[in-house]
Amino acid sequence: MARSIQSLERAAAVLRLLAGGERRLGLSEIASALDLAKGTAHGLLRTLQQEGFVEQEPVSGRYQLGAELLRLGNSYLDVHELRARALPWTDDLARSSGEAVFLGVLHQQGVLIVHHVFRPDDSRQVLEIGAMRPLHSTALGKVLSAYDPVAHSEALDAGMEQLTSRTLTDAAEFEKELDLTRARGWAGDVEETWDGVASIAAPIHDRRRMPVGAVALTGAVERVCSDAGNAELRADLVAAVRDCARAVARDLGADRF
Amino acid sequence: MTDAHTAGPFIAAIDQGTTSSRCIVFDKDGRIVAVDQKEHEQIFPKPGWVEHDAKEIWTNVQEVVDGAVSKAGITSADVKAIGITNQRETTLLWDKNTGEPVHNAIVWQDTRTAELCRELGRNVGQDRFRRETGLPLASYFAGPKIRWLLDNVDGLRERAEAGDILFGTMDSWVIWNLTGGVNGGVHVTDVTNASRTLLMNLHTMAWDDKILSSMDVPAAVLPEIRSSAEVYGEAASGALQGVPVASALGDQQAALFGQTCYAEGEAKSTYGTGTFLLMNTGDEPVNSYNGLLTTVGYQIGDNKPVYALEGAIAVTGSLVQWMRDQMGLISTAAEIETLALSVEDNGGAYFVPAFSGLFAPYWRDDARGVIAGLTRYVTKAHLARAVLEATAWQTREIVDAMTKDSGVELTALKVDGGMTSNNLLMQNLSDFLDAPVVRPLVAETTCLGAAYAAGLAVGFWPDTDALRANWRRAAEWTPQMDDDTRKREYKSWLKAVERTMGWIEEDSKE
Ligand SMILES: Nc1ncnc2c1ncn2[C@@H]1O[C@H](COP(=O)(O)OP(=O)(O)OP(=O)(O)O)[C@@H](O)[C@H]1O
Ligand SMILES: [Mg+2]
Repeated sequence: MARSIQSLERAAAVLRLLAGGERRLGLSEIASALDLAKGTAHGLLRTLQQEGFVEQEPVSGRYQLGAELLRLGNSYLDVHELRARALPWTDDLARSSGEAVFLGVLHQQGVLIVHHVFRPDDSRQVLEIGAMRPLHSTALGKVLSAYDPVAHSEALDAGMEQLTSRTLTDAAEFEKELDLTRARGWAGDVEETWDGVASIAAPIHDRRRMPVGAVALTGAVERVCSDAGNAELRADLVAAVRDCARAVARDLGADRF
Repeated sequence: MTDAHTAGPFIAAIDQGTTSSRCIVFDKDGRIVAVDQKEHEQIFPKPGWVEHDAKEIWTNVQEVVDGAVSKAGITSADVKAIGITNQRETTLLWDKNTGEPVHNAIVWQDTRTAELCRELGRNVGQDRFRRETGLPLASYFAGPKIRWLLDNVDGLRERAEAGDILFGTMDSWVIWNLTGGVNGGVHVTDVTNASRTLLMNLHTMAWDDKILSSMDVPAAVLPEIRSSAEVYGEAASGALQGVPVASALGDQQAALFGQTCYAEGEAKSTYGTGTFLLMNTGDEPVNSYNGLLTTVGYQIGDNKPVYALEGAIAVTGSLVQWMRDQMGLISTAAEIETLALSVEDNGGAYFVPAFSGLFAPYWRDDARGVIAGLTRYVTKAHLARAVLEATAWQTREIVDAMTKDSGVELTALKVDGGMTSNNLLMQNLSDFLDAPVVRPLVAETTCLGAAYAAGLAVGFWPDTDALRANWRRAAEWTPQMDDDTRKREYKSWLKAVERTMGWIEEDSKE
């Protein structure tokens, strides 16, 4: 068994002690309870304080658990909250682009569609909320895999099935695609999932720069691509998708960037 | 949502709602350019009483107008008109010389006038004024609230009779202040808001002298009744100083207008604090024999008024808020869906939220909330299901009444409001109604409707056809429930509703 790191063990003991009741504790109480030298205890507390795990009351100088611990426990964003916050912005994206808009999150080995706005042309369309999409071929899946390490490994584990002649099935090529996605901040899917369909997606970051989901615009390849060869995605649509993702992020309390 | 695609000029809409006031700036395509919003305090002095501080509301309205205009990065010169929409029936009396409210506003949900309404019904009962006003005598409406204030605020009746006191629903309060207040503010209301007072005659669109004297309300306090879309005056101060104030519509009528229900038989249902289903019935008021309200839909300038049938449900979104704030079972309204989805069904539980009695189709002040069908098996997740299903079943009851009264079979339900972001609820609705449910691209139809009416009044849009062209389908839910299940569940729901009635007994009534 690997040797454990003593200072981490001690930090954990401090947190456990502070979590033990409603009370706040002073430095000497903590030091004596854990059988530590005052200097050692002080060093631990200062580091924990810097990380936000412990807070010091200004008047009494006593220590208590910090807000960061709470945030760690609750960092998961409810997908229905995400949909409610995203709704006005995704509506606006559908209206301005004339294409369908989706919101996706990682679920098991794929992308779960949690929100869908119809293409605003009054044609018959079916609501796809609850549907699963592949991680390796869709724009949503690529964005999630590029920014979320868990999604990345799920994508590789899931295997990269050939869906159309343009699907990436080689792991090295997929990695290159994810590098590109991170470098430019968005991902595309030009007939890699369905023939004749293209899509553009951007990540929605929360205030800790974690990707909580992704927003995508999807439409016929002739409309979403700018050139005759259907390879280049339209720059104005890319900008609109990224604006939408940023607007949702702002609503979720992410910093302006 | 400001980007290169949106260029002026614009219309600004003010929505003075039950929980918040907001201002939205729209462009010519009906796209949202900027929004600002501020909540105000809900004051609960006693069980069943709900009040708002009207001064706080006016301050918030000024702030959100300035906020939205500044977020849009525009000036008053870019804004062609201001539209007003408001929580309906909420009643305020203020001193016209000082601009000071004489009491907090009494909110539409407030039930303090239940006993007074019974007295006013005399030997005829609830329908005493229905022929003239289209409404049952219920504590929901404004007239009895005015009477309560006149009876209960010291010296108020004398001041009112001397002509020093003004009455208004929130449209009047906002317009009076916006156009200058004590310095020449105009004291008006529109036909839709006036149709919710129990004091306006639906056939003449004028205050009804007979009812005024039966209810003992002096005509001197009443605002002038105007159409829903015309220029009432100009903003006297703030970021939109000099811009014409050009529409007023109750929030539900504004949503009907924003959903472009301009043809007879078209209907919408708005899911907010409460839920209100309105159907356009054209230029004839249709009497209800099934517990619906007959009301004014809108009136554009000199055109004939358009009438509507309305099914009103007092508690829908506010039940979700109750689960969040009073029960602490969820931390945001949207989480109700997460909790509900953690189980397959309601576990046999039914929740009838008759917190302030039952509105349509029952109109029972004596009902109170019930959770029925509880067993040891039921968890908070089942209750979350029951909460959402309550909204859907209440809609079903109103749709049934609407079909009976109008003879129009519902082919699809157009929905809007904050709760439409709840996918499970929308699916429940479609399942329980056995009809498609359709959400339009702009969920803010209340503000949009006020903006549309104001834009029509100043010629920003040429006619309602131009507005109809802006309507787009954003989502559609289709029924997936089998007939037997629907019938069985509906029956259980109706049984639970029965159990709410008669809870408040005659002599214990306030
Ligand atoms: N995802 C959701 N699921 C269920 N209920 C929701 C959800 N999102 C919002 N709500 C409910 O919807 C209501 C807010 O909707 P909305 O803003 O349309 O209300 P409103 O009635 O227009 O408010 P106001 O009266 O202030 O104008 C709240 O009661 C809230 O509990
Ligand atoms: Mg509202």
